[in-house]
Amino acid sequence: MSLSDKDKAAVKALWAKAEGKSSEIGAEALGRMLVAYPQTKTYFSHWGDLRPQSAKVKKHGATIMAALGQAVKGIDDLTGTLSALSELHAFKLRVDPANFKILGHNIILVLAMFFPADFTPDVHVSVEKFLQNVAWALSEKYR
Amino acid sequence: MVKWTEEERCIIRGVWEKVDIDEVGAQLWARALIVYPWIERYFGSFGDTFTTTAILNNPKLAALGKIVLAALDTAVKNMDNVKGAYASLSRVHYEKIKVDPEHFRLLAECITISIACKLKAELSPQVQSTWQKFLSAVVDSMRSQYK
Repeated sequence: MSLSDKDKAAVKALWAKAEGKSSEIGAEALGRMLVAYPQTKTYFSHWGDLRPQSAKVKKHGATIMAALGQAVKGIDDLTGTLSALSELHAFKLRVDPANFKILGHNIILVLAMFFPADFTPDVHVSVEKFLQNVAWALSEKYR
Repeated sequence: MVKWTEEERCIIRGVWEKVDIDEVGAQLWARALIVYPWIERYFGSFGDTFTTTAILNNPKLAALGKIVLAALDTAVKNMDNVKGAYASLSRVHYEKIKVDPEHFRLLAECITISIACKLKAELSPQVQSTWQKFLSAVVDSMRSQYK
């Protein structure tokens, strides 16, 4: 499901609004994922404190959103933009790609919470498609 | 708890009877690691699991395959309470081995494919459907202690 010009425009417009709060959004999304989908904790056991407000969770949430920001900038070539990150996830972190969908859902949920007026169904579908394409690009190097 | 009809029980046992645990078990993890290479994350202590040849000849993987199928035998024999039968296994996989439960699903798919290689047309659509319903229950039971 490739991104139309309309999708790209919608994602860029929402990101322009969300960018200022991106660390908060990322922290919230990651924190929620670890609570609502406890199986994802298996990838972070070395962190110790996995509660939503813990320092490591907040920091990593911010890291993830910064990378998403890069993806928005490179939206015309996600595979290229995310190539190094794909290698990292495939060979070092070895996160099962099924989890990209889970995190994606939590990011969407938090975006909806923070920007309820902007997160219309139209924008929702474009963001979801974008995150799906990001997940696809991230999975590129897996096999 | 999953409810099984008499027909389903027959089908599940019928499939399982035809599975040679040593034969299918020996190649099970090789299939999983070759098809889903990121699963290698759990096998740091298993020696060489990095090339197809090494994977196909790794004795620890072969042994583990047989262990997994022996556990599946327990599930077949306790199909009315797989959740109970697997509670401590689930806990160990969550708390000690820290396995992403998505991988239970992937391994279950590999088991079904291995069985398809063996049974061929005998694995009719109906039989496949019932067998997969059973494996879903097994996977759910393996997930049950992930809280």
